[in-house]
Amino acid sequence: MTSHSSDGDHHDHDHHDNHFSEMQARVKALETVLTQKGLIDPAAIDAIVDTYETKIGPRNGARVVAKAWSEPDFADWLRNDATAAIASLGYTGRQGEHMRAVFNTAETHNLVVCTLCSCYPWSVLGLPPVWYKAPPYRSRAVIDPRGVLAEFGVTLPEGQKIRVWDSTAELRYIVIPERPAGTDGLDQEALADLVTRDSMIGTGLARSTEEGR
Amino acid sequence: MNGAQDLGGQHGMGPVAPETDEPYFHAEWEKRALGLTLSCGAFGAWNIDESRHARESLPPATYLSASYYEIWTRGLEILLKRHGFVSAAELAAGHMLEKGREPKRILTADTVAGVLAKGGPCDRPVPDGPRFAAGDRVRTKNFNPETHTRLPRYARAKQGIVEAVQGSFVFPDDNAHGKGENPQWVYTVVFDAGEIWGEGADPALTVSIDAWEGYLERI
Repeated sequence: MTSHSSDGDHHDHDHHDNHFSEMQARVKALETVLTQKGLIDPAAIDAIVDTYETKIGPRNGARVVAKAWSEPDFADWLRNDATAAIASLGYTGRQGEHMRAVFNTAETHNLVVCTLCSCYPWSVLGLPPVWYKAPPYRSRAVIDPRGVLAEFGVTLPEGQKIRVWDSTAELRYIVIPERPAGTDGLDQEALADLVTRDSMIGTGLARSTEEGR
Repeated sequence: MNGAQDLGGQHGMGPVAPETDEPYFHAEWEKRALGLTLSCGAFGAWNIDESRHARESLPPATYLSASYYEIWTRGLEILLKRHGFVSAAELAAGHMLEKGREPKRILTADTVAGVLAKGGPCDRPVPDGPRFAAGDRVRTKNFNPETHTRLPRYARAKQGIVEAVQGSFVFPDDNAHGKGENPQWVYTVVFDAGEIWGEGADPALTVSIDAWEGYLERI
């Protein structure tokens, strides 16, 4: 937290640090009680954390997008049965059980939110970023998506419509961004490098080859 | 319930403030909070709808000032106490005081990969076909239950169009409260921003929700 202290507001930072140590103690107490009761295996917690730190993340989704850009048959499969198409790449499981892929076009830009909690497609994007779960994004995405996009540095072309998908049920959405121009010769791994996490939420666009370098 | 979780369209929450190169976790305790939440979910004592309701039942001032891992931690404490696994005295003491309830399952390290890869599908068969089809005009229900619902306030009593029939799924409004899974058809319903937000709405914006059949009436 001290890395943000350039404004010199020490009171706020003390409060924040205290709150962090309060939560540290609170969670430690909870884990201790549950471990003493034999209800949890601390090594299972390590395995869960390792899974989402090193194995399941937005590279999964980027490979889905790159394949859809490269193979029209796969793109059709993704449109019609995203859960099965994504499972064919080995991406299944928790918070990806019922997938839907929504495709950006020149006419329409798609944006995904969960106004009621933090629903997010973990199997293809990993754990959600803090902003996705926080009140500013959840409150504004459905009423002022262009204002939200501007904060991500995205200005849509004049006349492009916006469709916001509020994840109110158990369907999990991945946005398939438009393929950048000038990428005809690239293989799927190189294409996947252009696909950012935010482009698959709809708060970004795929990078151009210049930005991807 | 009309709790702090129902955020769509609220004002004054500030900028989104995305971080550059955001880490997955901002403190060690967040990692443990994630692992504890998933480990205790594996007990099989409550379902995802009951856990969502535990979180949204936090006092609004607490909910809005907490990070999401704090919300999860507070929700988990409520569920563990409600279901007899830990007591408030134990959480305050930070150690075991008495033997509590035994869960159906305990998640061990060797089963984590399999459990996460399997997930928890919540589609269920229903005896009857869907009442609505793509293209049907519908109006969402107007209600304000104190109990769990997945129909956000901004989308109540609004006219929209069914865009897709998405399958039949566990009904969270019942499942959160131990009333059974009672699956229903779920539809993607799309609204013009003008129908939701009225004057000043973005004319090029549409918003969709995924709505259980009981939320909808034909018009």
